[in-house]
Amino acid sequence: MISLSDITQWIHKMLFQYLNGTVAYGAELVLAGVAVIALVVAMAIIMVYAERKFAGFFQMRWGPNRVGKWGTLQAIADTVKLMLKECITPNNADKPMFKLAPIIITVVGFLALAPFAFAKGIVLWDMNIGVFYVTAISSLSVIGILMGGWASNNKYSLLGALRSGAQIVSYELSAGLSIAAIIVMSGSMSLNDIILAQTDGWWILRGHIPAIIAFVISIIASTAEANRSPFDLAEGEQELTGGYHTEYSGIQFALFFLAEYTTMFILAMLNITLFLGGWMPFHIPGLTVFNHIMDFIPGIVWFFGKTFFILFLMIWFRWTFPRMRIDKLLKLEWKYLLPISIVNLLFAAFITLMGWHF
Amino acid sequence: MRSIYKYFYDIFHGFYSLWTGMMTTGYYLVHPKKILTQEYPDNRGTTLYIAERFHGEVVMPHDENNEHRCTACSLCQMSCPNGSIEVKSEMIETPEGKKKKVLKQWIYHIDLCTFCGSCIDACPSDAIRMSNEFEHASYTKDAFLKVLNKPGSKLKSKEK
Repeated sequence: MISLSDITQWIHKMLFQYLNGTVAYGAELVLAGVAVIALVVAMAIIMVYAERKFAGFFQMRWGPNRVGKWGTLQAIADTVKLMLKECITPNNADKPMFKLAPIIITVVGFLALAPFAFAKGIVLWDMNIGVFYVTAISSLSVIGILMGGWASNNKYSLLGALRSGAQIVSYELSAGLSIAAIIVMSGSMSLNDIILAQTDGWWILRGHIPAIIAFVISIIASTAEANRSPFDLAEGEQELTGGYHTEYSGIQFALFFLAEYTTMFILAMLNITLFLGGWMPFHIPGLTVFNHIMDFIPGIVWFFGKTFFILFLMIWFRWTFPRMRIDKLLKLEWKYLLPISIVNLLFAAFITLMGWHF
Repeated sequence: MRSIYKYFYDIFHGFYSLWTGMMTTGYYLVHPKKILTQEYPDNRGTTLYIAERFHGEVVMPHDENNEHRCTACSLCQMSCPNGSIEVKSEMIETPEGKKKKVLKQWIYHIDLCTFCGSCIDACPSDAIRMSNEFEHASYTKDAFLKVLNKPGSKLKSKEK
């Protein structure tokens, strides 16, 4: 059976056969970059459409249903519209910073994709501190948000940006601690090693209660980090008229929008890699036949299936719960999630020490 | 001790309320037949449903003999907050030789109307009512000036 890694290997061999080393390496980098951009844009369009359609059904309405069959072309039409619109810079804005902010936030989104393994052997950069890299890079997006809010010279944008800063900085903590629980169990920070450690079963099933608690906390913290409802105070349409991207229009706004969905996609991928085994099929130790049948489903299908499951959960959250107040938001993090995740980390370490996980 | 109990109670109660909310929206997701949206221009004249009590426009019901119930008392005109009603009346002499005030024209400026329904409340003889017709858009201003009593209509004689 031809797997995706065979195709990439074949491209790799071809390039090095016909070009000299440096050029071939450069060509591979360009190919990888194009693949990443294509993946992110395609995922963003699919996610925007899915979000709007699901939002409709969750709220007893139809969602987009005019452009194309069942409104399938709506997201593409919106993208084209945003590309053609004029980018307006306010008069008193800090112009270089105003223009840099959406670029920074998009670049951060693309950078964080590097260490993910999409299928067996499909990984851009298999580094040994992959998890650390992803958390570090994805927390950089707050700089883009703060820059955008500050440079707009608009009180609503600034308030939105500050709220977003407070929120992302706080929720990084519990997200990091719940990730640490899995790192303790698998004993590696490389995303590839974490996936391989789950060959006999996913961590959420093998890790007993600590893994489940860590998963729940991680999902909550991811929703907050992606600035999504019920934690979307940074936008807060009713009180802040759109938050940090109030003043942006055209392609600059589209970049902010893309970055929001990229962050969501990355956090979903991180969660499934840590807790649901990434591209690893569902295995039950002992049932050889069952495991073989599961192996026939390619890794990429498992990977995107799980990613879309997490994304669906996030969409479900968003269209169910009302927005939280800023003090309650911080109270939830500092009084509930952080103590629980610290205790949970100790619990996970104890279980690993005693060898109690399967 | 009580605060510790409250701490954990808050956590579990929070999850319970999350569960309830997600089950509600999840129920809507898997029951698309419950969707309330009416696809308006498509279902025009077929499944379009407008509630009977909707304030669309003021109409004056006429019966089969082309008779209405307006006595031209002009209470509706006085009750209208923005002057969208003009009641024009005239004095006629009945065959018995009595002088009587009858309705000549009941003029309705729909462009001034806020559809508050005060005229309907003010009418002592139930001569006017609100209909649920709502498609009033027009390219000319003439369409907004309506005469509600039909030509040649008469006052309905009182039932005895």
